[in-house]
Amino acid sequence: MVEIEVNSDQGVYELIINGEIDASSSIHLDNAMSIAVEQHKKQIMVDCRSLRYISSAGLGVFISYLEDFKNNKTQFVIFGLNDKVKHVFELIGLDSLFIVVPTKDDAISYLNDSQA
Amino acid sequence: MRLSNKGVTRLSLLFAFIFWLLLLVVDLLTLFGQTHNLNFGIPSLLPKGMFILFIINLLIHFRYTITKAESVNFLDLLWKVFVTGLFTTVLSLMIRFVFSIIGTSALAKNELIVNFFYHLNIGLIMIFLISTFIAWKRLILYQKSKLLLRSWKFFEYALVGGMFFNLLGYSLFEIPFNIVFGILILLGIVHAFNLKWVAYLNFRQKWKSILFLSLVLIYLSYFFINLVRYSDENPLVFDLINDIYVLSILAFIFLYSVFAVLVIFFNLPTSSVFEKKFAEVVSFQRLSQSIPSGQNEDQVYEILLDSSISAVFADSAWIEIMDNNRHITKTLTRNLDHNKIESIKSAIQSEEIKKILISDFEPLRVPAKTTGVLNGSSSYRSILTYPVVVTSQHMATLVLLKEVSDGFDREMAGIIETFVNQANISIENFRLLNAALKTERYKEELKIATRVQKSLLPEKLNTNEEVEISAFSKAADEVGGDYYDIYCNDKNRLTLVIGDVSGKGTSAAFHMSQMKGIFHSLVQQDLSPKEFMVLANSALSRCLERSSFITLSVYSINFETKTVEFTRAGHCPTLFYSRKNKTAKFFETKGMGLGILRNSEFKNYVELNGFQYDSGDIVVLYTDGITEATNANNEEYGYSRLKESLEKHAHEPPELIQKGLINDLYSFSDERTLSDDYSILIVKFK
Repeated sequence: MVEIEVNSDQGVYELIINGEIDASSSIHLDNAMSIAVEQHKKQIMVDCRSLRYISSAGLGVFISYLEDFKNNKTQFVIFGLNDKVKHVFELIGLDSLFIVVPTKDDAISYLNDSQA
Repeated sequence: MRLSNKGVTRLSLLFAFIFWLLLLVVDLLTLFGQTHNLNFGIPSLLPKGMFILFIINLLIHFRYTITKAESVNFLDLLWKVFVTGLFTTVLSLMIRFVFSIIGTSALAKNELIVNFFYHLNIGLIMIFLISTFIAWKRLILYQKSKLLLRSWKFFEYALVGGMFFNLLGYSLFEIPFNIVFGILILLGIVHAFNLKWVAYLNFRQKWKSILFLSLVLIYLSYFFINLVRYSDENPLVFDLINDIYVLSILAFIFLYSVFAVLVIFFNLPTSSVFEKKFAEVVSFQRLSQSIPSGQNEDQVYEILLDSSISAVFADSAWIEIMDNNRHITKTLTRNLDHNKIESIKSAIQSEEIKKILISDFEPLRVPAKTTGVLNGSSSYRSILTYPVVVTSQHMATLVLLKEVSDGFDREMAGIIETFVNQANISIENFRLLNAALKTERYKEELKIATRVQKSLLPEKLNTNEEVEISAFSKAADEVGGDYYDIYCNDKNRLTLVIGDVSGKGTSAAFHMSQMKGIFHSLVQQDLSPKEFMVLANSALSRCLERSSFITLSVYSINFETKTVEFTRAGHCPTLFYSRKNKTAKFFETKGMGLGILRNSEFKNYVELNGFQYDSGDIVVLYTDGITEATNANNEEYGYSRLKESLEKHAHEPPELIQKGLINDLYSFSDERTLSDDYSILIVKFK
């Protein structure tokens, strides 16, 4: 099961993922992402510090928004991946398509830098 | 030879007639002998024997012609008795009439003539008595118990005993005669109280029964008076009044008729209540049986409507059937105009009933008050509403109307509640049955899918003298997303592929079959693994949905140069075992999954790798279902356990290595808890 918290103060749309994302719970992630895209959020960051596991279906959700982000010039950053999840990202090659940083500070500074 | 029932009835009637004729002839001869002082040497028991045989044949005849009593034919039975009685009485009266015409002449005094007519009467009376006796027997034994059956048998044997008692020659009012007669009458009275059938008559039938039974009593009285008068006025050779069997039967039939008339008469006031209860039971049965006979939900509502009306004597009724969004989709009415419904609804006084009608209540808690009064222009003055709630959803509303005020009491509301509940069960069963059938169909479809998908994985792995391969694959659901395949390019080259489609189940299975198509078309073009991946990515980018991707590894083995070229596209790292070093290692290479980056840039994210192998080296291809398998503590099986397992089994032939690896996996995590598809291929070089 997964719980997804949305925090959109200060212009940055922040998704806080808590739990595991498998085939059935990936729909919650998709809902949260589609809301961000529909609202044309320019800066999105995903807090994965409490994401324990992600299945291929969950990764597919991120992948499916790649094009939207590119077209909308959305800055998208993922941070706080645990080793297991990070390994999966790397194995599939997502680390070279998404901005994946270790901490929230890194994520914020990335967003600030690219804005400037 | 066995006689048919028809044969028996005809034959017994014929014999009865013959024995009656013989009785007549013997008696007249005896009489003739007496008056002319002639001795024909006729034994005195002969006529009585003839009479017994006559009765026995009548008994057999009516036993077969008067059928078993069932609740539907009580009146038929009584009707038959009445008609037989009428027929015999009319004939008997005609004899009297003829007799009265010749009454003054010498003929009327002729003993032969008198006895001839008396014998005609004997025949008629016996026909009536025996047929009525059998009919009464059928009624008494309706819903018989074992005890009743036994005591009735005893009574019948006693009557037969009485028949033979006659042979002793006692006549009426002699003491032995009276004792036996008394016993038979007592037995008759005991059995005359079995009147269960009366309860099953409705009001009309009860009145008819009283009429028929009263006429039977009149016939009996007439015959009895007739017998007494003959006995008193004329010298008779064969006097029925001294026959204990005939008298007992006559008395029994008479008593039973009297009791029946009295019981029916006193049952008349309660019959409407009984009829109502009976109708309720029947309606209930119809409701509960309405589903198995292949009826649909609407028919259940029709039956509910009709049953409810008849159970509470409603004047009119309607039932509103709603869809899932509580919109009324259909209204069934009885004795009511559709367009009157709205005006009736507006005349409802009780708030609770209004709430039921607009479906404003908790589906699990049906409002307690369901009856109310109506004030308005319509002629109806009382209303009873009840919601039909199936699986906590308000499905329909039943409304019953009466023209009298306070027409529905608490008991009626209770009956309607039971009816509605039964309808609920019927509808629920109907739905469950349909759902079960559907599921069964899906299961069959899935079985087919499983079979088709299995055929997508190579059944036999072609091996040559250079290499030996063993594979294992298992899907978490009926169908899975793991894929592996093999292709012999020529005698020195072999291409292997292993892949995993994102997600699992049916969608993964569809994509896996697409992957197979792409593999077999590309593999024939003799591409390098990297070129293969670039083209496969391009092809998949056009057919995969946006959130799906495939991880794949392609290996091209050259037996001549003992080299393997491979490209990893997001798939699990290849595990390689070197016999020389006796250690296994994972190839850490770069590579992105297929279908993720859908443009020409993809080629920058995959690379071509290669290695040399020696005899005895092993390559293990697998999917992430193996390394991501978890145990009860939520620990993953991981790469190092897989590696150690391979090192342990490396000396064995491929098939045993494969089994060893799977067994090691199962000892770590329970096979039943594995929720992902998992596959493994062992490639051992010779």
